[in-house]
Amino acid sequence: MQDFSYVSAQTVPEAVALLDEKGEKARILAGGTDLIVQVREARRDVDLMIDVKSIPEVNVLNYDANAGLTLGAAVECYKIYAVDAICDAYPGLVDATKIIGGTAIQGRAGVGGNLCNASPAADCIPPLIVLNATCVIAGPNGERELPVEQFCTAPGQTALEKGEMLVSMKIPAPASNSSSFYLRFIPRNEMDIAVVGAGASVTLDDAKQTIVSARIGLAAVAPTPLFAEEASALLAGREVSDAAIDEAAQAAQAIARPISDMRGTAEQRTHLVGVLTRRALNGAIQRVRDTA
Amino acid sequence: MARKSHVQTTINGETVEFLCESRQSLLEVLRDELHLTGAKEGCNNGNCGACSVILDGRLVNSCLVLGVETEGKSVETIEGLAEPDKLHPIQDAFLENAALQCGICTPGFIMSAKALLDSNPNPTEHEIRYWLAGNLCRCTGYDKIVKAVLDVAKETSA
Amino acid sequence: METEKKEYKVIGTRPIRHDGVDKVTGRALYGADFQMTGLLHGRVLRSPHAHARIVSIDTSRAEAYPGVKGVVTAKDLPEAEDRVADLGEGAVNLKYLCDNILASDKVLYKGHAVAAVAATSPHIAEEACTLIDVEYEVLPPVLEVRQAMEADAPLLHDTLKTTSMGETADEPSNVASHIQHQLGDPDKGFAEADIIVERDFVTGTVHQGYIEPHNATAHFNQDGQLTIWCSTQGAFTVREQVAEILQYPISKIKVVPMEIGGGFGGKISVYIKPVAAMLAKKTGKPVKVLMNRADVFEGTGPTPASYVRVKMGATKDGKITAAEAYLAFEAGAYPGAPVGPGAMCIFAPYSIENVIIDGYDVVVNKPKTAPYRAPGAPNAAFGSETVVDELAEKLDIDPLEFRLINGAKEGDRRADGPVHPRIGCIETVEAAKAHPHYTAPNGKKHHGRGVASGYWFNIGLESSVTINVNSDGTINLIEGSTDIGGTRASIAMQAAEVLGIPAESVNPSVVDTNSVGYTAVTGGSRTTYATGYAAYEAAQEVKQKMIARAAKLWEVDEANVQFADGEFSSINGKEEQISFRDLCAQLGQTGGPVVGSGTVNPGGAGGAYATHVVDVAVDEETGKVEVLRYTAVQDAGRAIHPSYVEGQIQGGAVQGIGWALNEEYIYNDEGTMTNASFLDYRMPTCLDLPMIDAVIVEVPNPGHPYGVRGVGEVPIVPPMAAIANAIYDAIGIRMTELPMSPDRLLKAMGKI
Repeated sequence: MQDFSYVSAQTVPEAVALLDEKGEKARILAGGTDLIVQVREARRDVDLMIDVKSIPEVNVLNYDANAGLTLGAAVECYKIYAVDAICDAYPGLVDATKIIGGTAIQGRAGVGGNLCNASPAADCIPPLIVLNATCVIAGPNGERELPVEQFCTAPGQTALEKGEMLVSMKIPAPASNSSSFYLRFIPRNEMDIAVVGAGASVTLDDAKQTIVSARIGLAAVAPTPLFAEEASALLAGREVSDAAIDEAAQAAQAIARPISDMRGTAEQRTHLVGVLTRRALNGAIQRVRDTA
Repeated sequence: MARKSHVQTTINGETVEFLCESRQSLLEVLRDELHLTGAKEGCNNGNCGACSVILDGRLVNSCLVLGVETEGKSVETIEGLAEPDKLHPIQDAFLENAALQCGICTPGFIMSAKALLDSNPNPTEHEIRYWLAGNLCRCTGYDKIVKAVLDVAKETSA
Repeated sequence: METEKKEYKVIGTRPIRHDGVDKVTGRALYGADFQMTGLLHGRVLRSPHAHARIVSIDTSRAEAYPGVKGVVTAKDLPEAEDRVADLGEGAVNLKYLCDNILASDKVLYKGHAVAAVAATSPHIAEEACTLIDVEYEVLPPVLEVRQAMEADAPLLHDTLKTTSMGETADEPSNVASHIQHQLGDPDKGFAEADIIVERDFVTGTVHQGYIEPHNATAHFNQDGQLTIWCSTQGAFTVREQVAEILQYPISKIKVVPMEIGGGFGGKISVYIKPVAAMLAKKTGKPVKVLMNRADVFEGTGPTPASYVRVKMGATKDGKITAAEAYLAFEAGAYPGAPVGPGAMCIFAPYSIENVIIDGYDVVVNKPKTAPYRAPGAPNAAFGSETVVDELAEKLDIDPLEFRLINGAKEGDRRADGPVHPRIGCIETVEAAKAHPHYTAPNGKKHHGRGVASGYWFNIGLESSVTINVNSDGTINLIEGSTDIGGTRASIAMQAAEVLGIPAESVNPSVVDTNSVGYTAVTGGSRTTYATGYAAYEAAQEVKQKMIARAAKLWEVDEANVQFADGEFSSINGKEEQISFRDLCAQLGQTGGPVVGSGTVNPGGAGGAYATHVVDVAVDEETGKVEVLRYTAVQDAGRAIHPSYVEGQIQGGAVQGIGWALNEEYIYNDEGTMTNASFLDYRMPTCLDLPMIDAVIVEVPNPGHPYGVRGVGEVPIVPPMAAIANAIYDAIGIRMTELPMSPDRLLKAMGKI
């Protein structure tokens, strides 16, 4: 493993200044479950690791039924699913936090790190997309916000500019009669990277028969996780039916541009987008209907 | 040569100081600097659980923690589990159930099981299998490991 | 010899294993745990190409790097003779053996070792490896057995020529050898059949997947004594291999076996042990070399991928009339695929008069294969047990009933020659048939049930045990078999049974090559059988000597002393009695210490049979197979410690489940394994499995005093076919390629 320096930053400005000074070769260390492995396996060249876990803003975990969720970038998965109100409000996000790695990984890894690692197969990103999450980014010129679907730009690449870091994510409070669902296909039952991942959020009418709005997010079928905008739009105003869901699933398949690799073939992935989109939508709808 | 940092941490209840390079993982520090070789390296990328330890009360893979990150923290390892004259109930259950063959994964499984039972003293078989999925065992087929943990849960809740 | 069921005091009980406390407290020392003052750390540089000629190696930049103490390449190895050496595990060509340690002229697989560095820290050694400049002339790789057998395939070895039944071909080839076994008249047998089934099968390369990577620490003393601390399945075979590779006398080599973190056959061959010794020699310091997980996948022997064709015929009433098999196995970079064992096992669960088997050992640009649990048998059985299932189905005969009709029994001849002694083939099928699992309802859509049987011949080989009697009535048992799965207990229990003492009164120790008689590897399912047999013999010697001491004490003739249930007593007149324990306290007064030894090389290993039943659910939308219920029946001969017999059965079955469903080396066109990690080489986790119901059948082996049969290997033989047969039951499709991964099922179902 290459040699590097380590700094435990105490404030956002301190971390930002270090990032700005060192550029590409400085990386933020939060859970480390991706970064440490990448450096150890010589897949990433790093001179400086900036540990942000002592910075208060990146550890915020604050849910308010009106204001929604503020999720600090370094909050570990296990802290998220330990909060009942978050499990109730954002079950799709919680689905993802419970299947990332094993329980030991979930003790370190967080949603923010999963986002910044910008893997096309990241489990947390489709749920963030379908939940309309916004990224709060700090940089040398102050803070800015970015819709999460614009955050990843290529495999391992993000919209963060030189000196910028992800501080937190904001997720709006869920509308009434809404819920979310995330699932992935993996050959085992745990410990795999998604062959395909699909997240869905739906809002139904009061009778829980008609879809008011829906959002679909996909992982591992393109260079970045995708917001299936057209497929989502197709569902607005439609009665819940197999036909409507099939149409959305087909529209989702149409935007998939998967590759073949050791985790799955392109044909398999395209096929699975349809299967998983249906299951994610049905799962989210069922959750709305299961809620009194 | 890489520079070393001074780190003070608590390991199995004792204050410990060590010097380490930034690139040395907690696993390397435990094994190579402190000679606590109970945590094992099976994959060095978080996929086998043989290096599982408890860091500030939470189960982690020690191969994915830097030694320098443990400043001021508390680490529990397999070496700290037994009393001077008595094994921990999980250790007893592993022996009674023959839940180990080669034994290389055993410290990781025991630490993982401890973390589970600390937070959920009466897990179902499915909850045990879900929790332990990050620990690979290639010898036992997991049957007797799961039964050992179920046994501890039964005794604790009885 | 034991043939009747007897009541035993120790055998068949479940004591706590002797090394258990050390292993649950983290105190047990495995190879990588070894520490020594002044230790250097070694790292091996490996080839990035699957097939290339080495043009030059320049180590000067690495040697100049601060902290580096020494660099070695193949030039530092003695000139390897092109001769064949017998290293206990069969004959090995020395040139091939040495070239696999450090490549001399060609690299033959991605991950092939090229050079090694010793430095003051593992990180520095790793950095220095990147400073070694190797110039390669890249050659086209050949990555698949049928491709390698083609006349115009790229050749791995210019000098390798096919040997076929005693004849050597004139032209070089990737086919190292062809074997053939024939029994009866296959043509006549097929002519008598009412139904014939023939199918092709393909299996992927799979790894043993032991959790502990290979490791070795070596030190050369100034007097030339070489000591190697390592985890291995056989300290003596390490000594022999290192001696041959380094051309160094075995008397100057001591191998200290540390605890071993799994092997399954993969820790018999040496890789980094000679390298550690070379670095120790060069630096004058102790050197520890560790592999990482990618090194293990890419640089150590997996078990072969294979192409298998099976044809079987049967009459309407279900009698198999003939069987034919074609087995082509990938050896990896150097000859030595386990096609021989595959041929020995393939039809062994059946009594068939007419058989022909052809086997081919073929080199390809992948790591040299190594044994893996019943090497060769699972590849072969995947084919034969699927064809058997199809025959039974087409004849509308229950698949277990079909196996009972045709089951192998004592006196039947295996196609490769040997006649079966008393075996438990039929008994495992009967037990499977009687098990509640087999008759439990299983009618849900896309759920299926499958069965398959398997055979492994087991081996004997040399073992030595010494027993030292302690004055407090306990014994110290010294053995040379490294303990991978609880054999300290199963060996100690056999000595305890002889001496009428509790298992806890035996202190077993696994010791180095200077401290015990020659003992072959822990492999071939031989340890509880052969080393247990040696312990039995050593205990018998102790018993005889103790009888002499009692006779001396009582001033009677030895013939008048009896020993039963741990008590010595005099017969014919004098009423004397003394326990083993009390007599131990009097050794000093009766002539001094008592030591017993046993050395064996037994020929009656006794084959093992298994029959497995599995229920699966197939997700028809994703192609994923879930194992719902699993029952594994096996003849153990006599289960010494039933918990560890069950453990072997469960572990073997689960490795088979992994092989069946997801495990495989995935290669790109350049010959790089793209899934060389535990993340993407998908071994089962505990969330992927149900409990594995292990059912022990005991048909005592006449070749062992307590009837022991080896149990370690056969449980991996049936699972692949059992699961394939269950998938067929679920969705009506015969899967003929391993692994039966979701994408292959989707394709087979026509979904993609």
